[in-house]
Amino acid sequence: MSKQYEFKAPILPYILVLPQMVIVFIFFFWPAAQAILQSFYLQDPFGGKMIFVGFQNYARLLVDPDYWQSFTVSTAFAVCITVGAMTISLFLAIQANKKIRFASFYKTMLIWPYAVSTLVAGAIWLFMFNPNVGVIAYVLKHTFHVDWQYLLNFNQAFLLLTLAATWKQLAYNFVFFLAGLQSVPAALIEAAEIDGASPSTRFWKIIFPMLSPTTFYLLVMNLVYGFFETFPIIHQITQGAPGKSTGILVYKVWRDGVINLDLGSSAAQSVILMLMVILLTVFQFRFIERRVTY
Amino acid sequence: MAELTHKSNKAAHRAKLIRRTFPHIMLWIGIAIIVFPIYFIFSASSHTSAEILAAPMPLNIGPHLIENYRQALFEGTKNMGTPVLTMMKNSLIMALGISIGKIVISLMAAFAIVYFKFPLRNFCFWTIFITLMLPVEVRIMPTYKVISDLGMLNTYAGLILPMIVSATAVFLFRQFFMSIPREIAEASQIDGATPMEFFSHILVPMTRTPVAAMFVIQFIYGWNQYLWPLLITTKPEFYTLLIGINRMMSGADVQIEWQIAMATTLLAMLPPVLVVVIMQKQFIAGMTETEK
Repeated sequence: MSKQYEFKAPILPYILVLPQMVIVFIFFFWPAAQAILQSFYLQDPFGGKMIFVGFQNYARLLVDPDYWQSFTVSTAFAVCITVGAMTISLFLAIQANKKIRFASFYKTMLIWPYAVSTLVAGAIWLFMFNPNVGVIAYVLKHTFHVDWQYLLNFNQAFLLLTLAATWKQLAYNFVFFLAGLQSVPAALIEAAEIDGASPSTRFWKIIFPMLSPTTFYLLVMNLVYGFFETFPIIHQITQGAPGKSTGILVYKVWRDGVINLDLGSSAAQSVILMLMVILLTVFQFRFIERRVTY
Repeated sequence: MAELTHKSNKAAHRAKLIRRTFPHIMLWIGIAIIVFPIYFIFSASSHTSAEILAAPMPLNIGPHLIENYRQALFEGTKNMGTPVLTMMKNSLIMALGISIGKIVISLMAAFAIVYFKFPLRNFCFWTIFITLMLPVEVRIMPTYKVISDLGMLNTYAGLILPMIVSATAVFLFRQFFMSIPREIAEASQIDGATPMEFFSHILVPMTRTPVAAMFVIQFIYGWNQYLWPLLITTKPEFYTLLIGINRMMSGADVQIEWQIAMATTLLAMLPPVLVVVIMQKQFIAGMTETEK
């Protein structure tokens, strides 16, 4: 790509980037710096007294079984969503990519839920599985004799949250897998077919490897979604119940900061989360540079 | 012998039939998984509170549809009292503010970064890039404090401004600008156009397609924001629809007006879904080109 033409104007470019820069500094860098600073202090929530405590906030977290529990449950949650949503979406995308009738109808029907928000997904699944009014809860209780009380039973709560979060993520993955599949040259697959490769060989030896950049991208995006963007589902369905057992890391930052007003700990947790996002982003870009190839 | 071929023919025929219908069956199952939950809430929004509380609720479409939607739109639930129309207005202002704001300031920044050589060019580029690593979810409390110090709690500016930085949009527009032949800018210079005239009369009109794609994605992003409005709106007149749904559904199960909450949920899905369905082509192009 040749270099773009460059205008000569000393001040204009600064004016043009100014709005973006101002917002970045006020709403991104300043709060991030505040979080880092605050994580080394203890502050009483009502006065403004700040006491420097060094790494004490971090040390408190590292020995806090609640924090580790939250870390474990977040990881399990993110992994379950990622595996579930990616498998189902890939399978559906393969079916929709076949030369069949109504293919474009199927595609539209599976793409539009992209627009459904995470909170709405939470509200819908909460309603279906509410032990008192939910339709599915009723069937579970009366047909299958399950003692359905997800607010008291961790496994049930975890299952319900995973289902809701996975359901919400299907369309997103579907869009990307479909685009990935469409870029696999049909001639390649036909050639393999003529050479007598079975459908499963064709998939694992040709399609799946060629899809690897998409798969890898989605892997990172799904983990990020599971870890960081499922706050609304937790907030809507369980609020961390039973006990604090389904309070994922982001939910814990929010609760410790906004509800418990333990600002130092909340800030330390924010800093740890920032490090996690940075790691994931760097990881993703290193791999994309190497182009995860076939 | 003849019988044998007949048999194998039959088996082959059956295998072919299975191979033909299999994708259809699977896709219908997929669609059912997506659609059934939504049918449940639609059905719930057509019944009375008593019918839903008497569990199991009837699964047909009841006679109270219009009445429930009228109450949702104009009155809201008794425990909250903010009508959907108000919240829909708030959600719309937030979603449009975020999507249009992002597009405008990203176009400007990308224009500066691609078409001008200035000492801080790389610095600006990387500064914007780093925002990818600082989503709201990880800096909840300090961002709240900044907004509260600036007196922007319960304001539209507070809802919109912190959300309008977009590394993705800047990247997409930068990529697009770099692919435009340099002769176009040169020619505009020879004709005596100022850089801003080139920007507004030539460059922006050429960027229609990426702008449309960005609009769809960012409108949905803005509409679906939850944690941010949850932090900074405490007055019901500033609640967005998603906050409203959460408020309507909190409290004891028997006190919740499920039919209104579910009507609200459906209404909250409508605008972003319409945007995706109407602009499906731009949306898919935008998704797969920008996010990678």
